[in-house]
Amino acid sequence: MLNRKSAPEITDAVKFQLSLPPHQKLSLRNGVEVFLVDMGTVDTLMMNVVFYAGNCYEVQNLVAPATNFMLKNGTTKKSAYEINDYFEYYGAYLNRSAGHETAELTLHCMKKNFAELLPVVSELIADSVFPEEELEIYKKNMQQRLQVNLRKNDFIAGRLIDTYLFGADHPYGRYSSIEDYAALNITAIKDFYNQYYLGGRCVIFIAGPLPADIQQLVDTHFGSLPLGGSAKPDKGNPPIIAVKEKKYRVTNDPDSVQGAIRIARNFPNRHHPDFQKMQVLNNIFGGFFGSRLMANIREDKGYTYGIHSYLTNLIQESALMISTEAGKDVTEATIKEVYLEMKRLCDDPVDDEELKTTKNFMIGTLLGDLDGPFQVAGRWKSLILNELTEDYFYNGIETIKSIQPKTLQELANKYLNATDFYELAVF
Amino acid sequence: MEIEYKKFTLSNGLRFIVHEDHTTPMAVLNVLYDVGARDENPGKTGFAHLFEHLMFGGSVNIKDFESPLLMAGGENNAFTTNDLTNYYIQLPAENIETACWLESDRMISLAFSEKSLDVQRKVVCEEFKEHYINRPYGDVAFKLRELAYKQHPYKWMTIGQELSHIENAKLADVKAFFHKHYCPANAILVMAGNIQTDKALALAEKWFGNIPSGEKYIRQLPVEPKQEAARVLEVKADVPLDALYKAFHVGSRTDKSYYAMDLIGELLGGGGSSRLFQTLIKEKKLFSNIECYHFGSSDPGLLLIEGKLIKGTSMKSADSAIREELDKLSSTTIEEKELMKVKNKTESAILFEDMSLMNRASNLAMYELMGDVAFMNTELDKYLEVSTRNIRDLSGSIFEEKNSNSLFYYSNN
Repeated sequence: MLNRKSAPEITDAVKFQLSLPPHQKLSLRNGVEVFLVDMGTVDTLMMNVVFYAGNCYEVQNLVAPATNFMLKNGTTKKSAYEINDYFEYYGAYLNRSAGHETAELTLHCMKKNFAELLPVVSELIADSVFPEEELEIYKKNMQQRLQVNLRKNDFIAGRLIDTYLFGADHPYGRYSSIEDYAALNITAIKDFYNQYYLGGRCVIFIAGPLPADIQQLVDTHFGSLPLGGSAKPDKGNPPIIAVKEKKYRVTNDPDSVQGAIRIARNFPNRHHPDFQKMQVLNNIFGGFFGSRLMANIREDKGYTYGIHSYLTNLIQESALMISTEAGKDVTEATIKEVYLEMKRLCDDPVDDEELKTTKNFMIGTLLGDLDGPFQVAGRWKSLILNELTEDYFYNGIETIKSIQPKTLQELANKYLNATDFYELAVF
Repeated sequence: MEIEYKKFTLSNGLRFIVHEDHTTPMAVLNVLYDVGARDENPGKTGFAHLFEHLMFGGSVNIKDFESPLLMAGGENNAFTTNDLTNYYIQLPAENIETACWLESDRMISLAFSEKSLDVQRKVVCEEFKEHYINRPYGDVAFKLRELAYKQHPYKWMTIGQELSHIENAKLADVKAFFHKHYCPANAILVMAGNIQTDKALALAEKWFGNIPSGEKYIRQLPVEPKQEAARVLEVKADVPLDALYKAFHVGSRTDKSYYAMDLIGELLGGGGSSRLFQTLIKEKKLFSNIECYHFGSSDPGLLLIEGKLIKGTSMKSADSAIREELDKLSSTTIEEKELMKVKNKTESAILFEDMSLMNRASNLAMYELMGDVAFMNTELDKYLEVSTRNIRDLSGSIFEEKNSNSLFYYSNN
């Protein structure tokens, strides 16, 4: 008779040997660095072209995302429509994204079409013309999108908490306004493009079952571009000036039925020795479905659909962020419970069973997260852009496997003190 | 890309599919139950989804579902639609038996705890507020369904028609729902990843094969009568921009018109070179965004168009500009190259979707639910068979004015 009461034997995930599949690095004749991850069984490729052209290089607000967006809106040879039509004809996706540090173009395509698409990606980078009419459409549409977002408490909370943590003038804390969109102009965009794309640093990641002539393809289409080379533009790490007042209640929509909550503190970047240990503590605290914040605030009290804590993915400095939306009548109770969970981690060591569960979960999901060429390239990209080496990856695994309750409790006492946190609820 | 699989029927009638992939260290166990929001009582909507939440509250022999799975290095989730409910676990392949143990126990019976029901009622109410009340345009999907469906249960949302239906859910309802729908006769089991078929089959028999088969649920839903006249609903709300929504009745996921309908959606709204985007956003500058989509639903569904108007554009001119684009599709035959574009996009989308083991596992289950798992590998061919003539003819019948449901959503600021 089958015993359904007790769990089947398992292999502890912490016993798995995880490895980061290798990459191959090319340095093109113009100084552009290319990282190749050649693996995978499905005939799809991903190419991620990264420029040091995020908003920390701007002198005028929103110029960085506008420039990035408009790379796809016209070259000397093709209109915006023709560019879209070209990529879409091959079933390819060309996405743009601009963050605080970097701005990127990402191509996803079928392997069989890669050679047709590469020259057009290269054309967008080297030959964009930024038509006035396209900018006007962009400005109008972004202003309208912003008007809608400003009605969402969660959107407002996300903007405000960053200004408290980093200061309203820091690139991490600066946010968009209708007026800033209105002020965008072609001259500023072209200047930014000349300095940070044509004259800037470009790093390329390509992943998938690569074609045999990949080196030659990349060299032909990117090696001859007049790019600025391998030097990273200096942005002088602008000073982080966190505001003094810690507690905020903001009214955005008098009829709202939920409060958007953010509780956050500044945290050092990945180079700090506590960073990887903190990732383990964060997992226990609020990092996944089985975490303490979820178990208490969702699964025991039903105050929210979801609550999460995480270390933000930024290069200069990180932050520990707790984020949720909770019923208006239980918003204050939710905030109170978050602090109680911090205090529990400070006062009592994590018990062995809970720690073992967390370790197995973290290693097990890491195994899944490394499953595929695009995921592996993503890991390498994170290491390279953060100026870390392969050792960081293996140290992280070793940290998960070996960390003890005592270390976690010390960490909690260092970083989970209520008085260090900014606290915001937007109704 | 051909997806290989083997299909079995366990001794209790449970359909079981195995897909081997030895390039991954992981395995997935996917269980699909043939029940969705369309199977609910009109006075107790939102139940299939609320029930999905309760599936994590402990089962007859296992008090805590989550911890043993985490200990085995696994993660899991589930989703509910108007048509079906799907649960999946991904974990290192060595530990696949843990997934079988957990998933089979909750197929036998849940713990049915008052506490779990009480908490999940609240959680789902917060989910309802977060997605549909506490955001601008949050009620649109409710209004569109009510406008387009008069009889068929697609007239309510998966989350439920109103908060009170969820607040009033009783434990007796939960038990009745479980016994009616959650049994081997109404389920499809898939095991995928780094496993051997014979071993997978042995595990499936061991953990699932002796669960009483239960009674096959025979679905008898009201059929939506053919719409005979255009419908318009006007709403004023506290939103920053006017918005326009249109819904047209289309065939079901298994109807032979599905492939041409899906391609029509792509032609109109799929990406920066699509017709609505290029004409109405870029050339005429009437909208700040516009989309076209459908849900691929099991019963006859809807093709939807939605967009926000540029300030200063009248609803009438926005509506007639959309109408003009729709008429073009039914009056002129499109170029072969444009049709090839949307077929290429489809080929690529299928390839990218199949990269994920989790997607492959749930898709195998869904194609089996549609009638035969083998459809998964003939899907692309069916798209490739669609002709420019098919597109024109089908557009003509879908976009007839009397088949349209329009929601004019006005800003009152």
